Amino acid sequence: MPRPTASRTPTRTARSPMAPPRAFLWTRRIVLTLLAVFTLAPLYVMVSSSLKPLGDVQSRFTWWPSTFTVRPYLDIWDTVPLADYFVNSLIVSVSATVLSVAVAVFAAYAISRYRFRGRRVFSVAVLSTQMFPGILFLLPLFLIFVNIGNTTGIALYGSRAGLIITYLTFSLPFSVWMLVGYFDSIPRDLDEAALVDGNGPIGALFRVVVPAAVPGIVAVSVYAFMTAWGEVLFASVMTNDTTRTLAVGLQGYATQTDVYWNQVMAASLVVSLPVVAGFLLLQRYLVAGLTAGAVK
Amino acid sequence: MPAAAKVRPRADHPRPVAPPPRERPARRLTARLRGPALPYLLILPALALELLIHIVPMAVGIGMSFLELTQFSIRDWTTAPGAGLDNYRLAIDFNAPVGQELLHSFWITCAYTLLSVGLSWLLGTAAAVLTQGPFPGRGLLRTLFLVPYALPVYAAVITWSFLLQRDNGLLNHVIVDQLHLTHDRPFWLLGGNSFFAIVVVSVWRSWPFAFLALTAALQNIPRDLYEAAALDGAGMWQQIRRITLPSLRPVNQVLLLVLFLWTFNDFNTPYVLFGRSAPAEADLISIHIYESSFVTWNFGTGSAMSVLLLLFLLVVTAGYLLATRRRTADA
Amino acid sequence: MRRTWTRKLWTAATATALVAGAAACGGGSATSSAGGNGSPKTLTYWASNQGAGLEADKAILTPELKKFEKRTGIKVKLEVVPWSDLLNRILAATTSGQGPDVLNIGNTWSASLQATGALLPFDDKVMERIGGKDRFVANALAAAGAEGRPPAAVPLYSLAYGLYYNKKLFKEAGIDAPPATWDELVADGKKLTGHGRWGLAVEGASYTENVHHAFVLGQQQGARPFTPEGRPAFDSPQQVTAVKDFVDLMAKDRIVNPGNAEYANQQSVTDFARGKAAMLMWQAATSSLKKQGMDAADYGIAPVPLPAKTPPGGKQVTSMVAGINLAVFKNTDNRDGALKFVKFMTGKDEQRILNKTYGSMPPVTDAYGDPAFETPELKTLRKVLADSAAPLPQVPQESQYETLVGNAVKKLFADAASGHPVTESSVKAELTKAKQQMPGGKG
Repeated sequence: MPRPTASRTPTRTARSPMAPPRAFLWTRRIVLTLLAVFTLAPLYVMVSSSLKPLGDVQSRFTWWPSTFTVRPYLDIWDTVPLADYFVNSLIVSVSATVLSVAVAVFAAYAISRYRFRGRRVFSVAVLSTQMFPGILFLLPLFLIFVNIGNTTGIALYGSRAGLIITYLTFSLPFSVWMLVGYFDSIPRDLDEAALVDGNGPIGALFRVVVPAAVPGIVAVSVYAFMTAWGEVLFASVMTNDTTRTLAVGLQGYATQTDVYWNQVMAASLVVSLPVVAGFLLLQRYLVAGLTAGAVK
Repeated sequence: MPAAAKVRPRADHPRPVAPPPRERPARRLTARLRGPALPYLLILPALALELLIHIVPMAVGIGMSFLELTQFSIRDWTTAPGAGLDNYRLAIDFNAPVGQELLHSFWITCAYTLLSVGLSWLLGTAAAVLTQGPFPGRGLLRTLFLVPYALPVYAAVITWSFLLQRDNGLLNHVIVDQLHLTHDRPFWLLGGNSFFAIVVVSVWRSWPFAFLALTAALQNIPRDLYEAAALDGAGMWQQIRRITLPSLRPVNQVLLLVLFLWTFNDFNTPYVLFGRSAPAEADLISIHIYESSFVTWNFGTGSAMSVLLLLFLLVVTAGYLLATRRRTADA
Repeated sequence: MRRTWTRKLWTAATATALVAGAAACGGGSATSSAGGNGSPKTLTYWASNQGAGLEADKAILTPELKKFEKRTGIKVKLEVVPWSDLLNRILAATTSGQGPDVLNIGNTWSASLQATGALLPFDDKVMERIGGKDRFVANALAAAGAEGRPPAAVPLYSLAYGLYYNKKLFKEAGIDAPPATWDELVADGKKLTGHGRWGLAVEGASYTENVHHAFVLGQQQGARPFTPEGRPAFDSPQQVTAVKDFVDLMAKDRIVNPGNAEYANQQSVTDFARGKAAMLMWQAATSSLKKQGMDAADYGIAPVPLPAKTPPGGKQVTSMVAGINLAVFKNTDNRDGALKFVKFMTGKDEQRILNKTYGSMPPVTDAYGDPAFETPELKTLRKVLADSAAPLPQVPQESQYETLVGNAVKKLFADAASGHPVTESSVKAELTKAKQQMPGGKG
């Protein structure tokens, strides 16, 4: 496996990298254009439908609305309590992400850097939890939450806390595994150097390994966040009207008398905007990972 | 699995039991205290949470598969009659409809998973590699590619179902009304096409994740490698083949597994696209089990089906891990 | 060393399983205090979504609950649960014993939920406390639990299917009266089909709509979904004829747009409202149609057609008994309050207000007499409900029946739409497959 060998002397010269060949440039243009079209098509449908009156949306597709309207963007707040759902989703997803990544960083560090008895068992067991269809442990989990509530008075059922710890474990296994992958690719002489400098293992983790793995941690955080952000099944059982999340709440636009397609689209866009903005910020962070890599 | 551990030489990793000799005695003491216990302390939170949320409910789920758990006993499980292996027998009796449908659904799911994971990975790799070097608009494009992942599942999938409608959807509008490729309006959510519909929707939703993970992994490849290769006269393609792709291997190993398990058990996408019952051609196993347990109050049978699924996934994963470990070691 | 580890792991796993099992089994009993009156001042009420959104429902119900609070001093905590979540939530509540005090259920779920024992049976004594069972429309109460057992719920809002037809399109096609028989419906439908317009719209991918129609047409043919012993009989010749006739509206008679095979989001109502289809079989469509801009004067309503000649054993059934029931959770710690609330909600005044708002029919006789229920639509549907409606089988396996048969019909519509032949044997094969997936359905 090609791994950075100990050539830590700066070989970087001012020489500009070789200009990419023309074939590469064309491949890049074509492939990325196709991918952009594939990505954009549904997004276009969302945006254009959200600006159409319901009647337009219910008839044959047109690229352009017959009449532009922003009504859907005003109505979304009255059909369902969208703002409440959004806040719930945000609280649940952010908490689950922060906790999940924190727990995963420790576990991944242990697996990547230590050989201890049970290491393999632990990592395989953690992964195996991803293989059980959620539908089956939904009821047992629900029972356990209710029982914990009855015996300790900690209300997990119906509360955000219950959802948070559920989601945090949903993303945990993959987060651990992904982070082990990233940690493994960070040269071990780096932590050794930190240890020699008088840091403990935890110090080495936070001073060396975590900063070097920032891109990986960002990727894992995004994964953990989106897992929590989109989950439908558990949210539909474990929440009530005060804790309901967006993922299930958006279904509220399909009502007994009508399906408000244009409002579904408008609401989806409105709630996704902050997330996309967050991704934009993280994008910079991902690039910042480049410089972090330069420590090597 | 000592074999797997052996093929990975870890001579260079810091061994906390052997602290550098320079340390003072007091430090050595704390180091020793922390030493052997430390990895266990580090995994403790993860372990506790997994036990509570996954392992224990899973054990209960396995227990359920040996009960005849229906609407008559769901309120008080102690009244549920034991079913022995009946639920399993029902699930794997491939001569009876229940078993047949399960097997059919299983094959559909396998095909779906292979296609979806393969395509997602391919698109993700292509996009990650192609956006590695700087060019105008790169940031915008990267953000755009992540948007599908940022949408709530329900919003994304309902939009797809909307544009795949036969009479009013965008797709048929383009291929029938505008390009005149065919005269009959094809169905995309029914019949054979529904399989491709669910694959496309699933790829649309999951390739950004592959893209994200691989983009991040690319940042960890030291530039010196490329520069050295360039000095050796290696062209762009050779650099990609000789440096980029091999360096992605550790991340790929996990990523493919992640995508595989994720796609195989995905409930949200088919549930939103097809509702409670999918067309036979796209009858994915997660929905199938939902329908045969939740909707029809047959929790014992549904659990047995899930346990069979779990065993299958365990075998596949173990095989995959062994195979990839060995290959990584050979490389 | 490895062996001891494995052994330890196993011991741990077994212990965990046992503890978990105990916790799980205790789930029911730990909370299922026999029910009582521990907290007489509050109630939790799960209402299903009936109107144009959760917020709309909240706005409609809250003033009524305030009225109740003023009268009794009992504060009702309302949660409007979307249909997509309702069954899952009820299931979880049933399993754990932790649920609301009073809740809405789809009336077809009554027998299934009754079998769980989670709902308070409305025996004569309980019935007495809410004003007696004679107040209720008999057919509506028949859809509240298995025959011969005390109902598991009481009807709250009643609905029935009717045939909605577009008057203008009928007139243009030279048809004076709505069809009374299926032959007439097909003949009219053929006249109405053409120029991008279709005779009838159906919700072909919705298994609930499908099973409702399959049931009604089956009744007309003399089919019984279950034998008197409770064994499934979905593939009887009568049922096969019924389902084939229904699917043939698209497959053979071609008066239904093949595109309807993928409808599951009320697109058929939209098609009807826009004049893209001239007929529609629906339950109380008026409020939806009005929202979609269709004037009440533009359409008429008649009972769903019957066969021209009643087949042997056939019944004059034109609708299933549709509606929402109100149930009391057995574990409630405010049983008296819950029953007071049921009495309040099924009382004459509330029945008038709520059914008027939702466009449904009161299942209590004394609520009629209000002019709001004397519209042509509700007059027709009320007659249907009273005279020619039958409840879906009130057996514990009802939800399996609904899912399996509804999906079989959905599959057949998909076949028809994509040009595959729908024959007697293909219909029978699908229905047999549905039957065999039922517990006790082999043979």
